[in-house]
Amino acid sequence: MSLTLFEKSHNGRHGINIPKQVLDNAPALDSSLLRAAKAELPELSEFDVVRHFTKLSNKNFSIDSNFYPLGSCTMKYNPKVQERVGGLAGLTDIHPHQITNDKPELVQGALKSLSILENYLTELTGMKAFTLTPQAGAHGEMTGIMMVGAYHKKKGNSKRYVIVPDSSHGTNPATAAMVDYDVITVKSNKDGSMDIESFKEAMSDEVAAVMMTVPNTLGLFNPAIKEICDIAHSYDALMYYDGANMNAIMGVIRPGDIGFDVIHLNLHKTFATPHGGGGPGAGPVGVGEKLLEFLPDLRVDFAPEKGYFFTDTSENSIGKISPFFGNYLVLVRALVYMQTLGREGMINASRKAVLNANYILSKLKNHFDAPFKNYCMHECVLSAETLTKEHGVKAMDIAKYLLDFGLHAPTVYFPLIVKESIMIEPTETENIDTIDFFCQKMIDAVELAKSNAEAFKTLPTTLPISRPDETKAARSLNIRWQD
Amino acid sequence: MPYTPHTKDDVQKMCTQIGIKDETELFDSIPNELRAKSFDIPEGLSEFEVFENFKELSNQNDTSKVSFLGGGYYDHIIPTAVDALSGRSEFYTAYTPYQAEASQGTLQALYEYQTMICNLTGMEATNASMYDGGTALAEAALMAVRIGRGKRKKIIVDSGVNPIYIKILKTYLAYHDLEVIVLHVKSDGSDKETLLGMIDETVAGYAFQNPNFFGSIEDYSEIIEALHNVKALAIMSSYPIALGILKSAGEVDADIYCGDGQSLGMYLGFGGPSFGILACKEKYIRNLPGRIVGITDDREGKRAYVLTLQAREQHIRRDKATSNICSNQNLMALRATIFLSLLGKEGFEKLALQNYNKSEYLKKELSKVDGIKIYNQNPTFNEFVIELNISATEFIDKMEEKGFFAGLKLEKLFEGFENRVLVSTTEKRTKKQIDNFVTCVKEIV
Repeated sequence: MSLTLFEKSHNGRHGINIPKQVLDNAPALDSSLLRAAKAELPELSEFDVVRHFTKLSNKNFSIDSNFYPLGSCTMKYNPKVQERVGGLAGLTDIHPHQITNDKPELVQGALKSLSILENYLTELTGMKAFTLTPQAGAHGEMTGIMMVGAYHKKKGNSKRYVIVPDSSHGTNPATAAMVDYDVITVKSNKDGSMDIESFKEAMSDEVAAVMMTVPNTLGLFNPAIKEICDIAHSYDALMYYDGANMNAIMGVIRPGDIGFDVIHLNLHKTFATPHGGGGPGAGPVGVGEKLLEFLPDLRVDFAPEKGYFFTDTSENSIGKISPFFGNYLVLVRALVYMQTLGREGMINASRKAVLNANYILSKLKNHFDAPFKNYCMHECVLSAETLTKEHGVKAMDIAKYLLDFGLHAPTVYFPLIVKESIMIEPTETENIDTIDFFCQKMIDAVELAKSNAEAFKTLPTTLPISRPDETKAARSLNIRWQD
Repeated sequence: MPYTPHTKDDVQKMCTQIGIKDETELFDSIPNELRAKSFDIPEGLSEFEVFENFKELSNQNDTSKVSFLGGGYYDHIIPTAVDALSGRSEFYTAYTPYQAEASQGTLQALYEYQTMICNLTGMEATNASMYDGGTALAEAALMAVRIGRGKRKKIIVDSGVNPIYIKILKTYLAYHDLEVIVLHVKSDGSDKETLLGMIDETVAGYAFQNPNFFGSIEDYSEIIEALHNVKALAIMSSYPIALGILKSAGEVDADIYCGDGQSLGMYLGFGGPSFGILACKEKYIRNLPGRIVGITDDREGKRAYVLTLQAREQHIRRDKATSNICSNQNLMALRATIFLSLLGKEGFEKLALQNYNKSEYLKKELSKVDGIKIYNQNPTFNEFVIELNISATEFIDKMEEKGFFAGLKLEKLFEGFENRVLVSTTEKRTKKQIDNFVTCVKEIV
């Protein structure tokens, strides 16, 4: 059993020393302002803490130790040099209020790095400008849709809806709701693309924006994308590009060239910044001409006579969505990655990501249901529908089977439009041996389903826990330790 | 090519398996007219070159001066073990813990984080982090509106709350049929009289910060009682180190707590990444956004940690979710958990006390200087506002020449504050540094 820090705590045990107090105690504050008792934090030695968290770390899968074919998550290798740069004291120790104090001369290096990053991102996407402040993909989406709202408000447009395809990430409709839009969900056709006829029916003067993921969450490129942009624009609806899947198409297409008005990128996906077990990410947002004036606070600019400086945004700005420049040290890591890859490296990364995904599809499409058998982009979607019907073995069972071989599960049950979906994104950084091993285990799982479906029920068996009872977790809620 | 392991033979083998001659064929579905019109990105560099460039660039930032700059972002100690443990790639290169069996490390750490945050704040429930203190405040306000079933349309926010958070709050709420009323401080504290006259059944919540942005500490019990009398919510923001000695949100009967966790083991990092804390009374947990970890049993009855109450979240509920948040600041929450474990129950209180004592010493010494007045009328915790006989800009610039980041200019944030500066201390400032600081101040004012 894995004891919590609170169970390991001993009264009177001390951790690290804090700097010695050389001053006398100041007069105590009035007791009406003070807490009645010390906060119940655990009492441990430094070594207790080190051993505890080291042991916990051993109970995690991570990209450094495991293959993570998680569709739509782009779990690629995070180059070590990112951490070294991200730890430079000249970056980690900058006080952000140098901005409030209007001291650009003290932070020229930081501002320069932001400016360079913005240039990379605008060239990569064909957009006019980027805000680097959003702290995650969903935060970027919200920033983008807020700008859409500001655009329509300024024009006096009365808009109520945001259109999303039924294959979209959950954050798309949730974002629309955060900005008080109602959501229209358009269904996909049998090729997995947004059905153009249904889309035309859904379009009206009341549509504010159309959110698309390109390539879509089935790993497919929708060739009708330009037509969709044109139709949307004819109603003065703006086109939102969810860049979650940018890893497929660096150097191949640019959303700005196609006519998208606003885009977010997930730097923790395409640009290899570590996921951190769920964050921090970074979700810069790029805009075209129409939305330039609505960009949020803060921006970096350059003038030969005074160097880099920050600007207050225009009067039409949506305002502040993050303190300062968002997750600056994440942005730095992404820039390190981009500079290391360069032009050819980025083109190559997308090609190899797509190559790896198609290799997997070709090896597995005859063993599983494959709703889309042709070429895919950076990820492929299989289905365990037949296995479920014939043997009672579900996508989640396959996922759990893989865990015992040190393979992280693919994304299952998403996208929602494919029953028992298994969505696989290998990324470009995996080698053929790992991919072959994964494919073999997927095929072995199918064989096991046919011969001994019961065996799946107890999987996984080699990890710190077996399958948890999620219903119990929600019903008898225990979300903090209480003695 | 960096970070792709493919040999020529590998590529050939894979193409053959797929049934293509060349990998570029896989992009044939993309029509020519949609292809990129330009892709003018510089050539790649070796990691050595990239590192050297960044080293040079980082030298163009000045972080060398003795800092008395705070205002929500503080130069606190970061124990070595925080970096060592959060720098384990099993933590920082892991994915979101959706597969519980493969993520017990992250999940247990988050459960411990939640426990510590609840114990610090006196709240009964919290999530696994938000982006920062400002977005946490915005989400707290949206929570209050949901709890008021959308019928209460007013959020009152005290201007003693970090002005950056207030700006974020305003941005978040601008798209809803809601009214954000900023209640201006009276001198350095909340204008309680005016506030009491504003509290009625149209108010969803009142947000305050204690200690407030000027460092002032106040007793909010009367206000909170008045809010509860009309079923409006009290949203308390604070600087978490202060919770080492000051009354917790639970003790003053606040309904929602929010704050920024930077001081709990995060680097200043030019503003990020830090993380947001959002906690509440248990009865409001279904309105709480973000990930929550709970304990359950596995098949063999063994203790297991899982993400729970996921029906609040966007990947299940889509447009009916409590928020669109997905990625949070998990690694930062882990750092805070390690930080708090290393300090422990005694150490955390000591740390808070030391911040208070050093600040009081500085305040006492500065109050003796001709040309300086202490602006705060209320007691303060680790920072306070000084009023100068010269402009804040002149003061900051001259002190910089003497080797100090002397504080935060308030003129951009508060009207009429051209000669006022917020000065902060932490446990890192030595008596000698403080004495030096005071000596230099005397030479300037």
